[in-house]
Amino acid sequence: MSLIKRKTKGEAVFDIINNLGMLLICFVTLYPIWYVLINAFNDGKDAMLGGIYWWPRVFSLENFKAVFDNPGITTAMLLTVAKTLVGVGAHVFFTAMVAYAFSRRELIFGRFYIFLGTITMIFSGGLIPTYLLIRDLHMLDTFAVFIIPVLFSFFDLIIFMTFFREIPDGLDEAARIDGANDWTILVRIVLPVSMPVIATIALFHGVYQWNDYFAGIIYINKESLQPIQTFLYRVVAQSSSNIMTTALQGSAVTKTVTSQSVKLATMVVTTLPIVFAYPFLQRYFVKGMMIGSIKG
Amino acid sequence: MIDSNLSPPTARQKWLKKLVSQRHIQIMALLGIAWMIIFNYIPMYGVIIAFKDYDIIRTISEAPWVGLEHFKEFLSDENFGYVMKNTLGISLIKLMTFPLPIIFALFLNEVRILRFKRAIQTISYLPHFLSWVVLGGILATWLSDVGIINDILMALHLIDQPISYLAEPKYFWTIVITSDIWKELGWSAIIYLAAITGISPEMYEAATIDGAGRFQKMWYVTLPAIKGTISILFILAVSGVLNSNFDQILVLRNSLNDSASNVIDYYVYYTGISQGRYSYSAAIGLFKSVIALTLLLIANQVSKKLNDTSLF
Repeated sequence: MSLIKRKTKGEAVFDIINNLGMLLICFVTLYPIWYVLINAFNDGKDAMLGGIYWWPRVFSLENFKAVFDNPGITTAMLLTVAKTLVGVGAHVFFTAMVAYAFSRRELIFGRFYIFLGTITMIFSGGLIPTYLLIRDLHMLDTFAVFIIPVLFSFFDLIIFMTFFREIPDGLDEAARIDGANDWTILVRIVLPVSMPVIATIALFHGVYQWNDYFAGIIYINKESLQPIQTFLYRVVAQSSSNIMTTALQGSAVTKTVTSQSVKLATMVVTTLPIVFAYPFLQRYFVKGMMIGSIKG
Repeated sequence: MIDSNLSPPTARQKWLKKLVSQRHIQIMALLGIAWMIIFNYIPMYGVIIAFKDYDIIRTISEAPWVGLEHFKEFLSDENFGYVMKNTLGISLIKLMTFPLPIIFALFLNEVRILRFKRAIQTISYLPHFLSWVVLGGILATWLSDVGIINDILMALHLIDQPISYLAEPKYFWTIVITSDIWKELGWSAIIYLAAITGISPEMYEAATIDGAGRFQKMWYVTLPAIKGTISILFILAVSGVLNSNFDQILVLRNSLNDSASNVIDYYVYYTGISQGRYSYSAAIGLFKSVIALTLLLIANQVSKKLNDTSLF
């Protein structure tokens, strides 16, 4: 487009209205999050009076102290960090490994394997048969229940496979002549050049692992294996205040915090890691989404 | 032994040799297949408990057959009517919001200041990364008696008394639909924006020379160019329509809004996990899958007829 061409009046008006509309969308998107943030940083008793819209009125870190003083929340937090790290590593490696094999055109039975996988995208057993399977495998109340049932995803496999097929054949030929086998080629050559897809899948699965509370509800009874989102769910959705009362008793500062203010602080704490992680990964995932969209 | 070395190898021998040479990738593939058999195919087999009277004492194969009894029971269940109404109602309204991310992507694409465009994108998909649990907390805070929504409406004198929105069934659908749009609008737009980026600039230049304005370019160049992407995503949206976002429902529902919030997925969870009626619950789940599959096939056929795009 030429630089000297001046905008017509109509175009200028369009630009202004369009930009204002976009600003409005940004405001509507961010404000609810900001509202929670400022209320979490406000003194709990004072927040009960309401009217905190733009900035904390009585700034306080006591709510966050109460969150971290509670052993239940801390355990849930550590468990969630552990299941996210282990889950992402295992899911990405396992799915990429199967995708690498499936992407090789010479693979005997390859078409049949892909057919088997495609079926799983359309049909599923549903909640109850899956629950019964997990129970029969003795995975209830184990850490493995967070990892193994979501180790693999055929949808993610397609994204990996599409990317692997774009990798030039010449890349691994030299290694093959040197006697490298497929495992070495996968780990040393294919995975290192696949960082955009790995980052995309890692982000998707990381968000899933971090945000999932459902596995914690149906498969877990032990308090020590409760993920942070399940903990939060029990507080938020079931408004069972006894959990929060326990949380408050665990803290030394019961004077100024309320169950509502600690709830808000817990929400902030559980969300921060994800908000911090995604700007680093977003330049990859747009690319990754495109790869997935072409053939997916 | 000597014979086989002298004569040319048979097809079978060649095939076996090839299989041995690719043993590493076969092992990799079979590990994946083993996982699928255990975690996808065994539960599919487990669905037969919907036609049996399964209890925890017997194994699935030992349980007696009862045919369609559980399905009949569901159809005459007193909750059947409103559970179906909520499932279909929420799903159809959500399906109607399908064009919103496309419209957002079209207008975002018209933003000329590149940095501003990127900033809007980054902000718009931020909510996608919040969990429904956190969002449930945000909504509960906003919609409570002393929440900001009541504050605003009271200040504007639109209401005299604060309303507990989550305790009233009549507001539930609106809350569900609106919060879903808020959470996913930006994220759903990514894929359309990616498709728009792939359109050749020459198309726009040609349209400009022909005297097309901005809306005309959107209508005659951009939209037709991303038609394929739209079709595929629409088919996927239709097939997933009955899922009506279980996470979200589970977080926002409570006993007070049950008449508007109880959907099939929740009913499966409630009868199965909470009440332990495994066979009945599996039958309800299967009932849903059959409707969902039918919808998928219809959408696929329609899309095939209309614009030659289909999943299969």
